[in-house]
Amino acid sequence: MTDLRNLYQEVILEHNKKPRNFGPLEEFTHEAHGYNPLCGDDYHIYMVVEDDVVKKVTFDGTGCAISKAAASMMTTKIKGKSVEEAEQYIAEFRAMMADELDDDGQEHLGHLKVFAGVAQLPNRIKCAVLPWHTLNAAIHGNDGTSTEGEADEWDG
Amino acid sequence: MSAQSLETPAKIDWDAIRRDFPILDQEVHGKPLAYLDNAASSQMPQQVIDRIVEYQTTFHSNIHRGVHALSQKATDAFEETRSLVRQFLNAREDAECIFTRGATEGINAVMHGYGRKFLKAGDEVVITHMEHHSNIVPWQMLRDEKGIVLKVVPMTDDGRLDLEAFQEAITDKTKFVSCIHVSNALGTINPIKEIAAMAHAVGAPILMDGCQAAPHLTLDVQDLDADFYVASAHKMCASTGVGIFYGKREMLEKMDPFLGGGDMILSVSFDETVYNVIPHKFEAGTPPIMPVIALGAAIKYLTAIGRDNIARREDELLAYAMEKLDTIDAFKLYGPRDTKTSVISFGIGDVHPHDIGTILDTAGVAVRAGHHCTQPLMKRLGIPATARASIAFYNNTDDIDALVGAINDVTEIFGA
Repeated sequence: MTDLRNLYQEVILEHNKKPRNFGPLEEFTHEAHGYNPLCGDDYHIYMVVEDDVVKKVTFDGTGCAISKAAASMMTTKIKGKSVEEAEQYIAEFRAMMADELDDDGQEHLGHLKVFAGVAQLPNRIKCAVLPWHTLNAAIHGNDGTSTEGEADEWDG
Repeated sequence: MSAQSLETPAKIDWDAIRRDFPILDQEVHGKPLAYLDNAASSQMPQQVIDRIVEYQTTFHSNIHRGVHALSQKATDAFEETRSLVRQFLNAREDAECIFTRGATEGINAVMHGYGRKFLKAGDEVVITHMEHHSNIVPWQMLRDEKGIVLKVVPMTDDGRLDLEAFQEAITDKTKFVSCIHVSNALGTINPIKEIAAMAHAVGAPILMDGCQAAPHLTLDVQDLDADFYVASAHKMCASTGVGIFYGKREMLEKMDPFLGGGDMILSVSFDETVYNVIPHKFEAGTPPIMPVIALGAAIKYLTAIGRDNIARREDELLAYAMEKLDTIDAFKLYGPRDTKTSVISFGIGDVHPHDIGTILDTAGVAVRAGHHCTQPLMKRLGIPATARASIAFYNNTDDIDALVGAINDVTEIFGA
């Protein structure tokens, strides 16, 4: 149970139960669809970007607690930040999942570090990174991303 | 009382049988392994492992064309398995029992060898909402190539096939029926004999996907009147890499082979090739010799325990599990409660099955979480996925208790 509490921390469970910024946006400047065909995690990310600042960001869809909490906490983190900083978070989050995050990154990620426990479970890393992959696809104007196949630009 | 049950021992030592499976004696994440993912792949008893070691250390060689002693011994062991498969299925003759790389290849062999040769635009192929992707995708490929019509028989809310709807779906236009015998996602045992009769009433052959039936039920392809029957060796205590593909002689003879190559020919010139007789016509190239020989040992092992005994044991463990699981408020069973194999497809409150799977894994309990290669079935139930615990005869009540305990962890962590 100790290991599980490390993975399913209260903040993750809380965001899973009450996801923030949840639901589609009717008007948006950026949008992408993220899908994991192996487990069915399926999310859309919607953004309103003005003057290179993320004015609004929401997500919609279904998936496990890890992916849903990751998406919810991601939106709270990047809302109001510059696109450049959002991309920095994307890179840092990925580095954390690969166990390669440096001290500066640790500090910058802040409470997103609750996902560090996921990095110890290889078959759940894709759950945590799917929302971030999808955010990356939205920023770069790709229609969508998948954790499998050619659509996964970060595979491996 | 039948002659067979008189011969079987009055009391089977299931603890001793469990000890035949060395892989079960280990800890995972510091907890005793409770392997409950048998519907995905079963484990291998020492008797089968020993046979593989014997083959690899004393008579590994290529079969059928060798003149030396090792080749003859390997050929004999390979062909002995064919005979064991014939008995296992109660097929009429050995030649009707073909070895493929897996059950999926068997279905594809029928689609290519029968479907592409005999079906034409407008002909209807009937499948069901319960099929594994392996019994959907090949027929869609045929639809896209030939313009056949693919009809899907609906499933009831409790995960059964609606026989009245099945009867309505089968018409004079029906030229083929392909149906799963036991649902891999839910464990439902389908009335496949009745379905075969419906197909045959309009002159349509039927393929039965028996991957989940073969490890659990006593099979008789003649009684079921199956035109084709496929099964998977690694779900019946043998190894990956080989599938059973049964077909009635008259069907196999009129079909085209799926793969061309060595061993499936009588003669080859650059002008013409004469195909070999069945079963060899469908076994191009060097077959998976080791897995086939392992399958022979597995069939002997299962038969020695007695398939009625295996089914009874699995049903008892299923009943034990369900009695405990039903006391958990958040536990929800998907699929039927009876006329099923020892598969428990379930959810816990609104906890996602992958979270259930991870928590169970931490407790040493191995289950499958996902869509089980049955996305249309999941969509029909209105869920993205289920957790699935599948019980084999070598499981015990400790495994079930570990499952129940871990599910209680899920409810505690998620407050479900």
